[in-house]
Amino acid sequence: MIEVKNLHKSFNGIEVLKGITTSFEKGKTNLIIGQSGSGKTVFLKCLLGLFNYEEGSIAYEGRIFSQLSEDQKRNLRAEIGMVFQGSALFDSLTIAQNVMFPLKMFTKMSQSEMEDRADLVLKRVNLPDAHKKMPSEASGGMQKRVAIARAIVNKPKYLFCDEPNSGLDPKTAIVIDNLIQEITEEYQITTVINSHDMNSVMEIGEKIVFLKDGLKAWEGSKETIFRTDNESVTNFVYSSNLFKKVRKMYIEENE
Amino acid sequence: MTYLQNIGTYFMMIGEMFRKPTRWSVMKTLILKDIDDLIVSSLGIIAFISFFVGGVITIQTALNIDNPLIPKYLIGFATRQSVILEFAPTFTSIIMAGKVGSFITSSIGTMRVTEQIDALEVMGINSLNYLVFPKTIALTLYPFAIAIGMFLGILGGMVACSIGGYATVDDYILGIQTDFDSFHVFYAFVKTFVFAMVLATVPAYYGYYMKGGALEVGKASTSSFVWTSVVIILLNYILTDMMLS
Repeated sequence: MIEVKNLHKSFNGIEVLKGITTSFEKGKTNLIIGQSGSGKTVFLKCLLGLFNYEEGSIAYEGRIFSQLSEDQKRNLRAEIGMVFQGSALFDSLTIAQNVMFPLKMFTKMSQSEMEDRADLVLKRVNLPDAHKKMPSEASGGMQKRVAIARAIVNKPKYLFCDEPNSGLDPKTAIVIDNLIQEITEEYQITTVINSHDMNSVMEIGEKIVFLKDGLKAWEGSKETIFRTDNESVTNFVYSSNLFKKVRKMYIEENE
Repeated sequence: MTYLQNIGTYFMMIGEMFRKPTRWSVMKTLILKDIDDLIVSSLGIIAFISFFVGGVITIQTALNIDNPLIPKYLIGFATRQSVILEFAPTFTSIIMAGKVGSFITSSIGTMRVTEQIDALEVMGINSLNYLVFPKTIALTLYPFAIAIGMFLGILGGMVACSIGGYATVDDYILGIQTDFDSFHVFYAFVKTFVFAMVLATVPAYYGYYMKGGALEVGKASTSSFVWTSVVIILLNYILTDMMLS
């Protein structure tokens, strides 16, 4: 579980996060949504320890990140898996080497043990034959799956995904969403996803945090988001006619 | 003010590079790869340029000696002094600022743009140690490449001298042996080593701290070449003043 209390973050005197308090639960897919410029990426980078914040706290199972020593921070980071928007695979390494990278850096596994583990996770993300390919030879969807494999190879406790569906076709996007949800349940990890994709919100949003102007404007789940009368949320989520109709149908069916 | 800030950030980067070292088993592979990318792959261009520039120095020296009282062996002497003192360490390093420097800036800059550096940081890896330290160690071998350049520059001069008939090979060899001072070679290697450190770190600084997209990677490569050259020229003056004057 990750608990965030009163998080403030500014850049050059401009406050981007204005006191966010929320929590992300273990074994669940937690989504952060909001318009561009609402502070989602800054919030995610604060959670990852890439940005320092001025006020507030982030606690990973009670361990407050800002109070940890450098060694403790390094150990905590070894428990984190991250899927970047552009996958961020290392260009100079093959897909198998990319997946084995965290094992090489943080474990004392032998080469054959690492290869076995990489084999296992690549099969888990449905890429059993991609080991020797370079990232540039893989499609966008394949790269995302390799990034997921790399993120989970060291059995992380926390999985962060920044726009995991961006640039993917709707079918592949659903495959990636389902894969993340399955892995979250299977490994019982705390997953936090930064997303713009309303399909993801409706499909896998077990907990949803909606940010607006650096503040938490609403939080709930994929079930409650249909019924909310929070104007900021409805303006954002149901901005298209299609989603307005989906919402109407959902409410009618469940009445 | 910006210049001072950049200089400060550059020295902080150097300090950060030595913190939280990467595992030796991984670092060893990175160093070997960088030796291949930065040194071995540069040998061809260093050899080619050295040989022909050595030849040009010989021809120009010979053509400017029109006084019959000046001995012909001075052609070899002048070529040796030019190649060892200035051409091999400095001129080659400026060319390497274009080849090696651009490679370092663009590869690290692309990693920044595509979030690969963020990926390293999220994993708890000191990205400066992982990316810049192996390049710095690999470039400690740069003086060996320059030694090859020195040899080929002088050899190129001898071939040009022989083909052009400006002096006999014996005269040329006598010239390169005349008044030989081993301190000049030491001075050249000290300069080369300092330039190697500049070649590794200044382009890395421009790549690592760049912001933006593909266009900015190109701009960072250009700035890296300009500033690496400027720093090399300035250090060349300072080291020459300190060691030879």
